[in-house]
Amino acid sequence: MRTQSLILEDKTILTGESFGAQTDASGEVVFNTGMVGYPETFTDPSYHGQILVLTYPLIGNYGVETNSKLKTKDLFSHSFESEKIQIAGLIVREYCKEYSHPQAKQSLENWLKSEGVPAIEGVDTRALTEKLREKGTMLGRITNDKLTKYTFKDPNKQNLVAEVSCKEPIVYEPNTVKIEKQKNTILLYDCGVKLNIIRCLIKRGCRVIRVPWNFELTNYEKIRINGIVISNGPGDPAKCDKTIEQIKNQLAISNPSFLIPILGICLGNQLLALACGAKTYKLKYGHRSQNQPVIDELRNRAYITTQNHGYAVNEKTVPKGWRVWFRNLNDGTVEGLWHQHYPWMSVQFHPEAAPGPTDTEWVFDEWISMINSNE
Amino acid sequence: MNKISSPKLRKVLVLGSGALKIGEAGEFDYSGSQAIKTLKEEGIKTIVVNPNIATYQTSRGLADRVYFLPINAHFVSRIIKHEKPDGILLSFGGQTALNCGIDLHNQGFLGENKKPRILGTPMSAIEKTEDRALFIQTLKKLNLLTPKSLVAETPKSAIIAAKKIGYPVIIRSAFALGGEGSACAANAKELENYAALALLRHRQILVEEDLTGWKEIEYEVVRDSADNCIAVCNMENMDPMGVHTGESIVVAPSQTLTNGEYHGLRSIAIKLIRNLEIVGECNIQFALRASTQNHLDYRIIEVNARLSRSSALASKATGYPLARVAAKLAIGWNLPELQNSITKKTTAFFEPALDYVVVKMPRWDTDKFKSADRGIGTQMKSVGEVMAIGRSFEEAFQKASRMLGLDQTGIIASVERLTQKYPHLAESLGIINSKRAPEALIELIKRPNEHRVLAITEALKRNVAPKKIAEWSLIDPWFINKIKNITDFMKTLKDSQYLNPLLIYEAKRKGFSDKQIALLTNSSEDEIYRYRRRHGIVMRINHIDTLAAEYPAQTNYLYSTYEKKQKNKIKPDKKIMILGSGVYRIGSSVEFDWCAVTCGETLRRIGYKTIMINHNPETVSTDYDMADTLYFEELSFETVRDIYKEERPQAVVLSMGGQTPNNIALKCESAGMRILGTAPSDIDRAEDRYKFSKLLNKLAIDQPAWKELTKISAAKKFALMVGYPVLVRPSYVLSGAAMNIAFNDEDLSEYLKEATYLSPEHPVIITKFIVGAKEIEVDAVAKKGEVLIDILSEHVENAGVHSGDATIICPPQKLYVETVRRIRAMTRVIGKALSITGPFNIQLLAKDNDIKVIECNLRASRSFPFVSKVTGNNLVEMATYALIEHNRGIAKMKKCERNTFELPYVGVKAPQFSFSRLKGADPILRVEMASTGEVGALDKTLEAAYLKSILATGFHLPKKGVLLSLGGETNKQKFLESARALSERGFTIYATHHTTEFLSYSGVIATRLYKLHEAPKEPNIATYMFKKEIDLAIVINDFDYKKPVKTGSFEVDDDYALRRTAADLNVPILTNLQTARLFVKAVCMYQNLDLLDITPWDQYLQVNR
Repeated sequence: MRTQSLILEDKTILTGESFGAQTDASGEVVFNTGMVGYPETFTDPSYHGQILVLTYPLIGNYGVETNSKLKTKDLFSHSFESEKIQIAGLIVREYCKEYSHPQAKQSLENWLKSEGVPAIEGVDTRALTEKLREKGTMLGRITNDKLTKYTFKDPNKQNLVAEVSCKEPIVYEPNTVKIEKQKNTILLYDCGVKLNIIRCLIKRGCRVIRVPWNFELTNYEKIRINGIVISNGPGDPAKCDKTIEQIKNQLAISNPSFLIPILGICLGNQLLALACGAKTYKLKYGHRSQNQPVIDELRNRAYITTQNHGYAVNEKTVPKGWRVWFRNLNDGTVEGLWHQHYPWMSVQFHPEAAPGPTDTEWVFDEWISMINSNE
Repeated sequence: MNKISSPKLRKVLVLGSGALKIGEAGEFDYSGSQAIKTLKEEGIKTIVVNPNIATYQTSRGLADRVYFLPINAHFVSRIIKHEKPDGILLSFGGQTALNCGIDLHNQGFLGENKKPRILGTPMSAIEKTEDRALFIQTLKKLNLLTPKSLVAETPKSAIIAAKKIGYPVIIRSAFALGGEGSACAANAKELENYAALALLRHRQILVEEDLTGWKEIEYEVVRDSADNCIAVCNMENMDPMGVHTGESIVVAPSQTLTNGEYHGLRSIAIKLIRNLEIVGECNIQFALRASTQNHLDYRIIEVNARLSRSSALASKATGYPLARVAAKLAIGWNLPELQNSITKKTTAFFEPALDYVVVKMPRWDTDKFKSADRGIGTQMKSVGEVMAIGRSFEEAFQKASRMLGLDQTGIIASVERLTQKYPHLAESLGIINSKRAPEALIELIKRPNEHRVLAITEALKRNVAPKKIAEWSLIDPWFINKIKNITDFMKTLKDSQYLNPLLIYEAKRKGFSDKQIALLTNSSEDEIYRYRRRHGIVMRINHIDTLAAEYPAQTNYLYSTYEKKQKNKIKPDKKIMILGSGVYRIGSSVEFDWCAVTCGETLRRIGYKTIMINHNPETVSTDYDMADTLYFEELSFETVRDIYKEERPQAVVLSMGGQTPNNIALKCESAGMRILGTAPSDIDRAEDRYKFSKLLNKLAIDQPAWKELTKISAAKKFALMVGYPVLVRPSYVLSGAAMNIAFNDEDLSEYLKEATYLSPEHPVIITKFIVGAKEIEVDAVAKKGEVLIDILSEHVENAGVHSGDATIICPPQKLYVETVRRIRAMTRVIGKALSITGPFNIQLLAKDNDIKVIECNLRASRSFPFVSKVTGNNLVEMATYALIEHNRGIAKMKKCERNTFELPYVGVKAPQFSFSRLKGADPILRVEMASTGEVGALDKTLEAAYLKSILATGFHLPKKGVLLSLGGETNKQKFLESARALSERGFTIYATHHTTEFLSYSGVIATRLYKLHEAPKEPNIATYMFKKEIDLAIVINDFDYKKPVKTGSFEVDDDYALRRTAADLNVPILTNLQTARLFVKAVCMYQNLDLLDITPWDQYLQVNR
């Protein structure tokens, strides 16, 4: 068995057994405390460029549900969040070799190897998590070598969104024939979209047009768009200038009959905030788990949500007209915004879940009913 | 914080769960205590009703008022009238409290706009979950799935039903007793046969979907009155559907569920709790069939709208204080307003993230019951459970298997342990290298039973493919493969030529103890210990912090594991370590938890920091706030020493957790640990039979004659010398009970035959048995040999009934003054001779003022909480002061010491049996303990106190007929007056042949009934019991002619059949002459229950100064 090491910027070296690809990887080291849903997590484009530490000690228990190459448009033959593994590397306490599930087609080990993603087991992930909690997110490198000098690549300096966004528009038709009402057409800004967002929309009878992050809306003027979703995605929101610009254009429309309802999710929340003039900042170690409590400040109701973000909206910079919709019950950070007069809203968490609790899927319903009343 | 406005609560009544019984054990002491603490925090006056006198929730300083009374509508309604509480909590005392609440509601004591108000989950929701038909209807409305079930009245309609449901189907008779008459049919032909058969005896049968083998998954869900919901924990049963969750090995969180399954079931659980409008906590059980599609194939099995055993487990497994939160929600708080008690920083509205694996294992005590069946299934039989925490499944699983307290070798010695239990396996298992599993072993894997884990281990050792084992057992292959990792590593250890650090490190990470490694590598425990410490392989101490290290924990809720680098930051402090009692089992349960907790509280009060070690999720001692530091860990010498090394406490207390901690006293001392109290060498002098006997001789204290023997001939010779009857106690037995009374050579030979391995390694101890002797117990505390306090109690039953099964009276009511004086003097002499410091207990026999000492335990005993609460002198508090030589504390207690001998009232402790749960077990009192719990009650007269306590164990007062079966002349004579009294009170007396003759001759009219084996001759006892004409059975054996009942023997013992029928039909039964007489006397005095007063505990104590 070959060993591999994780080296952190503070020179910590953690060695364990390799069970993924025997390659080097560099990225931001983050931890996630979810206990299930590793295939969904690994394929979430928001993790692009990150080395993921899972705090749950046993990983690989139920294998991986597919072993064939997935097509971009294929949504329902699998429950992945994108066509491939997005994480740069994986760190776990124990990899479970003997998986068990009737749905499993291959082992996690196989999957990681076939996608060229390195993974280390046998690491004290709890100690590592405590370190990241205390010192904040760090850069790291997974390597086979025993060198003493390393360079770390800070993914947040790259335009990660450009790397994960689709290159061409893709259209998804609703999968149900029973839709009586006229179909809503949703323009989805793909900043690294999780496929379950698309599944949630088409399940609600929407036609989804997934467009690249830098797509210029003017080109589509002739198409009737009922709403815009700004997706989740990796990295520093400030790098997403082109998307922000497009949103700004939308927010500048003052004629009510041309207003398009907007829903921002995760990175989309941050982009909407930046577009309206608010600022974002980097959290010490982010929110990455399936148990983040948020409170709906409008209705005073609380929900458990899935989250995966390293940046947050600075509440003090939120301009007039905008209100905090959701707030994190643990640290009080902004978890969503809404506009008092216009049909614009956003959430920092993942209403589409996958992995995680599905308690806030109603956000889609609420937004769609807003579209319908906007007609 | 803005709590939703509701009428002000000043006083709240909390219902407990009564005695520990199978299916309802210590977990409700934990939940009730948390509820009371929470209410107190809010400034609400609390009243608790619980006859379980050994519980923490009935301790002084907790609830404002305690009633040691039966939890039934009669007593509770009277308490309500007297106390006029504003609210009542029904969901913290298990099914007992919930049932009582339903009765109170049906009788009009609870309801809308009535006082007290039901707090938390409303009655409508309770009804929806308790009434099966209503439950199914509710779920149907919500489009949620329950197991398919259809009624059939002809074989033809059964086949039509089965077609709708799909084969295989289970056929059940609609009115079956104890699972009788259920069968599984795989096809129409089988079904037709079974249905025809079942319909001969029953008008209707149920054709049900067979879910055997489906995964069994549980969710613990919480909802507040503002409709905020969380799923605190999910758990997966390793043993799939078909095995009761209380009988199953359970893991948390689930291991084999995908995100879709985990969160799919979670969403359903939340949908359900919302629609049921539960306020507080509930447990939802699912059956799940993993499918190849993205489709959730599930059934909802049941919902418990109350705190449960599973919720206690979930609470300990996650660190989320479910009972506390449920209590807060019941009084109007909402989840987001509450704080996470572990982090003290984040909110209580969250779902814990675990970064460890939890394994729960049940503990059975079937060996203690004669004739009981070893198979496990849908009925709960286990008497306790342990919970282990590790960073791998293997680690937690191995810890748990050792924690059970059955064998320190865990699953290592599977072949030895199996052949010990199943001698018929010895031959086939003897062929070690056989690649095939013997048929008998496969049978043990196929049919769920208490030794299945050992059988699986053994099969894996024989290289049977995990896939095969999974097929046989229906256990998910994931678990089998994990166990295989353990057996594979056993082989690696066995095959290793030398020890090497990597090997030992890996072994520790797979949960092997030093002792197990030593066994596998031909080394010694100490050698392994020293080797691994030399190589820096030391336990890593981890926090259970509810958030997987995302936020720092403010409480010290800990477990140990092994990681590459050890970095335990532990601050030195004035710390004392206390060892808890471990798993609850027959003979050791909640009473020792009370002792350990009370000891810790006393130490904290005077400024010590406490460290508690225990691994029983049903306890109060493992609550996150009961000690400054809690280790949810093994109570083995290895773990205790390792924790001691890391924590460096000033000393350790071993005398409060019963026998488990006491057993390692000598080892701990020689390892250099400072043990508080009596020196381990003196403990040994009391525990070692020879040393103790020698000591008594020296002190001129009498003892029954005894001898340790290794040959049958010598045993017979000794018995002849001292005279029969003798008590036989083989040190090694195959099955059945360990202790027996032999009345003649024949008996003796028979008992010794069971101990086939009679040899120098497995001797038998034979003691002269004194017939008709009274048994007396002394519970006392001494400091440096000087007795500080002693409390005496007497048994109602004569010697021959185990002290744990005896009815105990405190203070003694029928002892000669001289006997009392002499016993107290002996207590002093023994205390001095053993230089006792701390708690101790002496058991004695007295006959005609002739006193003999049977044994002496230098630790807190089972009766400590009882005598402490009856007299108002807390023996554990006194003992704790003695242990740390806190003279001020002792002086203070001495100053306000209450009377221990002449009380203006009397306390009676009665045993709780769970025979009705144990198919086949003989409900008779013997020298071997069989009770699972106990209750205590106080009153001015012995009879009243006894009646209250026996009612609290679920006894019903007879209203119509009493069956008498009195064996032997003496029993008949001695019971005559009681029989006459019953007759005079208007009870119809039914009796067996000879008893009827005797009674008629003595002028008591009795109706003769035929014995069970005489059926179909009528009038027959069975018929009368079925018809409920008999509502009390007094079946007393003639001592001298007692025939043991053997498992599987064809010899039909009619008395056994009679006792068992009574247990199966829920007819109260008394089998001991002394208790039967006391019971009859009490019934005659208090036929009207209103005559029993409902005085609370504090009022009794007020009059005892």
